[in-house]
Amino acid sequence: MDLITPGLGLVFWTVITFLFLLIILKKFAWKPILGAVSEREDGIVKALASAENARKEMENLHADNERILKEARAERELLLKDAREIKIKMIDDAKGEAKSQADKIIVQAQEAIESEKKAAMAELKKHVADLSIEIAEKVVRAELSNKDKQMQLVDSMLGEAKLN
Amino acid sequence: MTLNTFKNVFFSALFIAISFAGYASENPDNENDKAFNAKEMIMHHVKDAHEFHIVDWNNKPITIALPIILWTDQGLTTFMSSEFHHDDSGSHVVEKDGQKFVKFHEKIYQLDANAQKVTFDAEHHPTNASQPTDFSITKNVFMMWVSVIVLLIVFISTARVYKKSNNKVPTGIAGFMEPLIVYVRDEIARPMIGEHKYKKYMPYLLTVFFFIWVNNIFGLIPFFNGANVSGNIAFTLTLAVFTFIVTNLSGNKNYWKHIFWMPGVPVPMKIFLMPIEIVGMFVKPISLMIRLFANITAGHIIILALMSLIFIFETVFVAPVSVGFALFIGLIEIVVTAIQAYIFTVLSALYIGMATEEAHH
Repeated sequence: MDLITPGLGLVFWTVITFLFLLIILKKFAWKPILGAVSEREDGIVKALASAENARKEMENLHADNERILKEARAERELLLKDAREIKIKMIDDAKGEAKSQADKIIVQAQEAIESEKKAAMAELKKHVADLSIEIAEKVVRAELSNKDKQMQLVDSMLGEAKLN
Repeated sequence: MTLNTFKNVFFSALFIAISFAGYASENPDNENDKAFNAKEMIMHHVKDAHEFHIVDWNNKPITIALPIILWTDQGLTTFMSSEFHHDDSGSHVVEKDGQKFVKFHEKIYQLDANAQKVTFDAEHHPTNASQPTDFSITKNVFMMWVSVIVLLIVFISTARVYKKSNNKVPTGIAGFMEPLIVYVRDEIARPMIGEHKYKKYMPYLLTVFFFIWVNNIFGLIPFFNGANVSGNIAFTLTLAVFTFIVTNLSGNKNYWKHIFWMPGVPVPMKIFLMPIEIVGMFVKPISLMIRLFANITAGHIIILALMSLIFIFETVFVAPVSVGFALFIGLIEIVVTAIQAYIFTVLSALYIGMATEEAHH
């Protein structure tokens, strides 16, 4: 029965001891320890969050870089394409210009040739007519000096004409 | 490997000490002395004492004298326990301030004014003496204070580790203690009380947990001769009352409503449940008190009873069996020290959690 009868003295000392222990440990142990532990846990949470943020930022930066690079590449492509087109166009234009110019020159040349030819022909005709008249004159003169000879001339001329 | 060696040494020492205790109680100074009484020896070791008995050497008990503090009708009286000259049978009378005291079965009696010698009735109750209020620093109080000193040293030096380091990394003793503290916080306080309110109760729960645990462990250490602090009903009663006070002081409207007027049931049921809930309020701390007391005391009794077998059979050949079984029980007791501290703390946290729970229906 003694065993299960609480002794007043021990109850008294346990109350005092426990309250003392509780107060001292609360002030000098539990508060600093729990404070440090939770501070560290908060620090870890914060560090993880900021690491995550940094990672995201890096990703964004990376994506930005990619995007910029892609844009630059596209622009380069565009520029090259434009340049190529311009080049082809310029060449084509030059070709066309040259051709038309050449055509024009050729036409002018032909025209000049034609007109020269006509002039030459006209001159030739004039010369032939003069020559003919001169011959005719000579013929007429010769006939007028000598009948025989006029006849001879007519004959030879006819003979020549036959030969022609 | 080192741990195993340590355990071996530890248990060897434990059983040598317990064997000595049995030897001491056998009173071998007289061959014709009464036979070995296992019950008396066990009860003597499980109960509180006014002096710190370490060992008997050459038939002389070696003890640490402890102060005896009594509150009599003449006021406070103090003297050292050594004045009783190790007498526990009530035959040695100590005179102090004109008052006469005897010690009988670890109880101090004050003799009536004209009595010279204490007399007992058939049931071993003194007939001519009364019990003064006893505030003595007994073996248990002494051991409790030793445990307090150990706790203060351990946890204040743990706290200093954090104060000294600026990155709050636990090194040294903090590396060992922090998991235990975090365990109490994350496995006991948080799930039982809840995320929003647990912080307020952390100092109480931590103190209860480590106070009980350390005293449980000290009960197993041989030099202390199994000072049974946490197996003393006065100790467990006090802690249970603290839990009762903390629980009921933090009880909210919802808690009291559940006790006196259970919501969500018909009126006759409310009336029927009220006395049950009121009884339950008191049964909770009583169960805490009895559980810790019974578990720790039972462990001590089993080990001592196994050791007593050697003296009951009066042969040394029983010793291997006794030591083997006591070793087995001792290993279990090591686990029990932590389990009982854990259970007491968990249930305290659970009761506090029930008292602070918000209504959700």
